[in-house]
Amino acid sequence: MNLLAIVWKSIRQRSLASSLTALSVALGVALMIAVLVINGVVGRIFSQSGSGYSLVVGAQGGGELPLVLSTIYRIGKPYDNLPWRFYEELQERAGVEQVIPLCFGDTTSEEEGSFPIIGTLPRFFGTDYAPGRSFGIKKGGEILKGTWDAVIGAEVARVNGWDMGSTFKMVHGGVQDHVHNEKFTVTGVLAPTGTPNDKTVYIHLRGFFMLDDHAKPASEAIERNAVLYGEDIEALRAEYADLLAKEAAAKKSGQHVHHHDGIPDIQKEVTALLVLTKNDVAALQLSSRLKEGVIAQGVNPIIVMRQLMDNLVGNIRYALMILTGLIIAVSGIGIFVSIYNSMSDRRKEIAIMRALGASRQQVFSIILLEAIVLTVGGGLLGLLIGHGLVFAAAPIVTARSGLLIDPMHFEPIELWIIPALLAMATLIGILPGLTAYRTDVAKALYD
Amino acid sequence: MSLLLQDVHKSYREPDGRPLPVLNIARFEVKPTEQVALIGQSGGGKTTLLNVVSGITAVDSGLVQVDGVDISRLHEVSRDRFRAERIGIVFQTFNLLPAFSALENVLLGMTFSGRVDRTYARSLLEQVGLSHRLHHRPGQLSVGEQQRVSVARALANRPKLMLADEPTASVDMAHQDTILTLLRTACSENNVSLLLVTHSPEVSSQFDRVEELAAFNQPEAAA
Repeated sequence: MNLLAIVWKSIRQRSLASSLTALSVALGVALMIAVLVINGVVGRIFSQSGSGYSLVVGAQGGGELPLVLSTIYRIGKPYDNLPWRFYEELQERAGVEQVIPLCFGDTTSEEEGSFPIIGTLPRFFGTDYAPGRSFGIKKGGEILKGTWDAVIGAEVARVNGWDMGSTFKMVHGGVQDHVHNEKFTVTGVLAPTGTPNDKTVYIHLRGFFMLDDHAKPASEAIERNAVLYGEDIEALRAEYADLLAKEAAAKKSGQHVHHHDGIPDIQKEVTALLVLTKNDVAALQLSSRLKEGVIAQGVNPIIVMRQLMDNLVGNIRYALMILTGLIIAVSGIGIFVSIYNSMSDRRKEIAIMRALGASRQQVFSIILLEAIVLTVGGGLLGLLIGHGLVFAAAPIVTARSGLLIDPMHFEPIELWIIPALLAMATLIGILPGLTAYRTDVAKALYD
Repeated sequence: MSLLLQDVHKSYREPDGRPLPVLNIARFEVKPTEQVALIGQSGGGKTTLLNVVSGITAVDSGLVQVDGVDISRLHEVSRDRFRAERIGIVFQTFNLLPAFSALENVLLGMTFSGRVDRTYARSLLEQVGLSHRLHHRPGQLSVGEQQRVSVARALANRPKLMLADEPTASVDMAHQDTILTLLRTACSENNVSLLLVTHSPEVSSQFDRVEELAAFNQPEAAA
């Protein structure tokens, strides 16, 4: 028998109070684990998605956050589009390695989940969406080889039950009564990424530009080009006279202009561009240059999201951490009250131990150890419960939300939980321990 | 000498601050393996004497020598350790810990001396006739059985001196003799000196040496 065995006996003697107080700590810690894991998942989603790109480039005037949110997270719409000419010129800039055009705004139908549809080029799938994480595709799939091919995210496939060969139509601008006639066929299903890519449909840019209303009216496009690039509008009108005439005739007859040979470049627009630069300095230089102009802005998605995390999500995280910390502290007070209240009943017990030769330090240690066993034991139980919940809930959350949660996920900050509980237990145990230390043995024995 | 008290003084404080002398002993001794019954009036200082001898209570002055060691000069921690290793105590109300089994109560006595020996603990319980009750808790034992456990616990560390404070006061007449015989036999077999405090003439009459506390303790003389 040792001191720990004596402590364990004492805990078992008051099994109900002991187990309830330890359970309260366990639930507090389990809650903290849940918060930490959720926070970790959210943090990763915000910090890693799109972090494989040097810059996200979009039209000027809409703010950096909406640009990143719409381009990387598919939340909201950007302020305006960029002319095709800008995309082509950007590829030629020094320091630029690759530019990936994205055209978005259309969705699948409501019945098919209203998933965003993005027109892009096959090379989008050749770049890492996060450092060291590249797209995987289901066996037998192809990446946008044909004009009407589509690649779908894992969640889109799951929700709609789509697989290779499934077909769908696009809803223009998300307006349910404006459905494009053309059918796209799924030729590739992406492996889950745990990012908004899972909830996105990708089609070939070529197909995207062949759909009605995806070309900017020629008259507007000419005016915009003249304004953005400072060119003579009359000269442009003369250059595109045929196009303007065709558009005027179609307007008169109330029909769409059909571009059987594809949309002329002047009428093409892209919503955003993902840019990979040769190095970080090149990204910074490009961002500064773009700021000097009037057409586009280029932002580093990681910096923008980090600011958002720090200013908003980070504060929520701290609030939740403080809240769960307080819950654990309240549990600690519960343990203190339980032990402290038991001290008057235990005076005799302590006096007997002293009479049998226990020193003051030993009875102090017994009480302190009891607080530690209850608090740290509760904490370890909480860690098990918390991670057990995460383990059990991970596949359910992934299935329902598309968020990839590692069932074995462990946050480094968890390493501090047990030392913190140990410190709390020491504080809890000191006062009752001192009561035991000061017990008047002669008096308590014969009371 | 198992126990030697010489010029021992112990006073408590009255609520008004005045000293209240309780012990004033010129000399008192118990020889090795000797068994002594100590009788005296209530409030005469018997319990204080036992507490002083066991080192639970420190004396104001004087020599308290147990097994050749003057425990009055020891630091409290050393006195605790000394008590654990060399003194056995049997209480009137047994003072067994209710959450512990009979065997665990005996083991508890060994824990603080740092010499836990399960085999010896079992043999002690066998010696007091409780080999079939090792894992019963005090609440599951009869009063007599509880006192037997407390005797086994007092012997757990192979003490040199056994202190017994009214060990038969809580048991019925039928069990008094049994307990007393058990205690005395256990002390004899284990070569332990016994100092037993009692009110009962039936108990004290069984001892060869009976001491009246008032005969060698004159607290009034110290006042």
